[in-house]
Amino acid sequence: MTTAVAAAGVGTATRAGVEVRLENLQRRYAGVTALDGLSLTMAPGELVALLGPSGCGKTTALRLVAGLEQADSGRVVVGGEDVTGQPTNKRDVGMVFQAYSLFPHMTAWQNVAFGLQMRKVGASQRRQRAGDMLDLVGLSGFADRFAHQLSGGQQQRVALARALAIQPKVLLLDEPLSALDAKVRARLRDEIRRVQLEVGITTLFVTHDQEEALAIADRVGVMHSGRIEQLGPPTTIYSRPATPFVAEFVGLTNRLPGVVHGGEVEVRGARLPMVQPDAADGPAVALVRPEAVTLASSGEAAGPLVGTIIATAFLGATSRVTVDLGDITVLAQLPTAEASALPAGTRVRLVLRPDPVLIARDETSASRA
Amino acid sequence: MTRARRLRLQVFRVIVLVLGGAFFLVPIGAMFEFSTRGNHSGAPRTLQAWTTIVTYPDLVGAIRDSLGLAAITSVAMVVLLLPTMIWVRLRLPRLKRTIEFLCLLPLTIPAIVLVVGLSPVYRWMAINLVDTIFLLSFAYVILVLPFAYRALDAGLSAIDVKTLSEAARSLGAGWGTVMFRVIAPNMSSALLNACLLSVALVLGEFTFANLLSYLNLQVEIFQLGLANAGTSIAVSVASLMFAFILLVILSFVGRARARVAPERAGLPFPGAAGGGQR
Repeated sequence: MTTAVAAAGVGTATRAGVEVRLENLQRRYAGVTALDGLSLTMAPGELVALLGPSGCGKTTALRLVAGLEQADSGRVVVGGEDVTGQPTNKRDVGMVFQAYSLFPHMTAWQNVAFGLQMRKVGASQRRQRAGDMLDLVGLSGFADRFAHQLSGGQQQRVALARALAIQPKVLLLDEPLSALDAKVRARLRDEIRRVQLEVGITTLFVTHDQEEALAIADRVGVMHSGRIEQLGPPTTIYSRPATPFVAEFVGLTNRLPGVVHGGEVEVRGARLPMVQPDAADGPAVALVRPEAVTLASSGEAAGPLVGTIIATAFLGATSRVTVDLGDITVLAQLPTAEASALPAGTRVRLVLRPDPVLIARDETSASRA
Repeated sequence: MTRARRLRLQVFRVIVLVLGGAFFLVPIGAMFEFSTRGNHSGAPRTLQAWTTIVTYPDLVGAIRDSLGLAAITSVAMVVLLLPTMIWVRLRLPRLKRTIEFLCLLPLTIPAIVLVVGLSPVYRWMAINLVDTIFLLSFAYVILVLPFAYRALDAGLSAIDVKTLSEAARSLGAGWGTVMFRVIAPNMSSALLNACLLSVALVLGEFTFANLLSYLNLQVEIFQLGLANAGTSIAVSVASLMFAFILLVILSFVGRARARVAPERAGLPFPGAAGGGQR
């Protein structure tokens, strides 16, 4: 496949990516706010993933960029041109859908050539470009197959080739991997990223799968209630979540009751620095990642951070250990070699790494604290 | 399943098939027998009633008009109903029940009531526009709506109309292209079914034409029956056979389309050889 891509690369080098701006987009459905003033600027050639739970507005945002829905207010600017009022077929966007969307009565090749035909590209050029696109996604040998003769992953690759064939200004990916099994999903995810980098197209990727978003994107926007809660590189989103929602939605998080005092939070006797050092003193919940928790032998001593291992989940290179502290349970993520030396029932002492932690002050934290 | 049970099931199937076949074929056979009788008792069998069909000027005209009506009605039904149903599915899903109700309404209204309602309109059209039998196609479109709606609805439900149309739109297709190049080809069986039902209904329609004083095939058969019963029965058998042939053609078209998949699936990577479809 590498050879095919290299060969296709010259032919598929399209226009350079363009800047895409979403300015204060608002959208309501029957009294429910789907988008509440969403703003986002995507640099040319950048891949931004919108990540969030169902109903957070991420798909609505993508459909507004595609023109499949109209915003109540706000603007969509693609390459300096305001396209807010333009219909979908005039917008110059390529889109890959969550559901399989190949036209069933056309072959893979005809599907890829369809958009070119709509743009009145000549037959020979159409043949050339559609062939190049199928090469790009490694499916040149499947050109004459119909959708029902292709696997789910192959169908989505053809859909990607079809979207890219028209050389759109922006590529929109609406959870294109969610209908696929885990192994195919991981492979196709890498494939999409490779193709996107090769073509250099500005891409908006919508997903509810955090692993997918963190793995593929230049920047991830975590959405909540129609707004972007945090936008940043995947490493920042994971290791420096800006809000409790982001911390809890992206990755696993322990909620440990504590007390804020003097710019630090004290959790069961351990003092931890905070991401928000100016937070007011008082009860709070510290949000601690499982990988910031290590286990040490407890000896015979008792203490607020001493507990009993009740379960160990094998994840491959690492394992997730659940420790019961009596009133709460805490997750710790350890190398499997270390975790396997600590069977269920072992008494251990938790050691919290002194990384800055986020604190939450919701109703739950108040009652727990 | 035991062998005895399988055998019993087989016998039951054959009995049902024979009884069903007899139910349809015996009357047709009897009609054919009647249409080939001679003029008087003991006269030899003759095909005179059948040969009269093509020489009977009014009958040929009525057949031609009925076929024309069937074609116009089918086309008008598709042009009216298909875009409406697609549009309702995509843009106005809350109207689906209303459209369904409206389309099924003609089933509940007796033809005579429809004719009474429509006759002033037809009188006005005959006086002020043009008086032609093909005006009947307006009424026939209403008549075929319930059957065509059901057939098309089944076809639309079998495909993901929303995703296909959005995909086509994102590739630059206008609504016309979406409907006739993307949606319609993927529901061709449903379209054929709807058209066949329309044709069968129009060819068998009597009440509207008779009460609105137009001479279509059924009215002509009725009048012919008063003068020449043999020819009248021969035409009835012929029109039944015509509908039967249409059904067979439809069934073969459906099978041919379904066979494409497995045959092609056996081909080893057809595109590797350059792609015959290009």
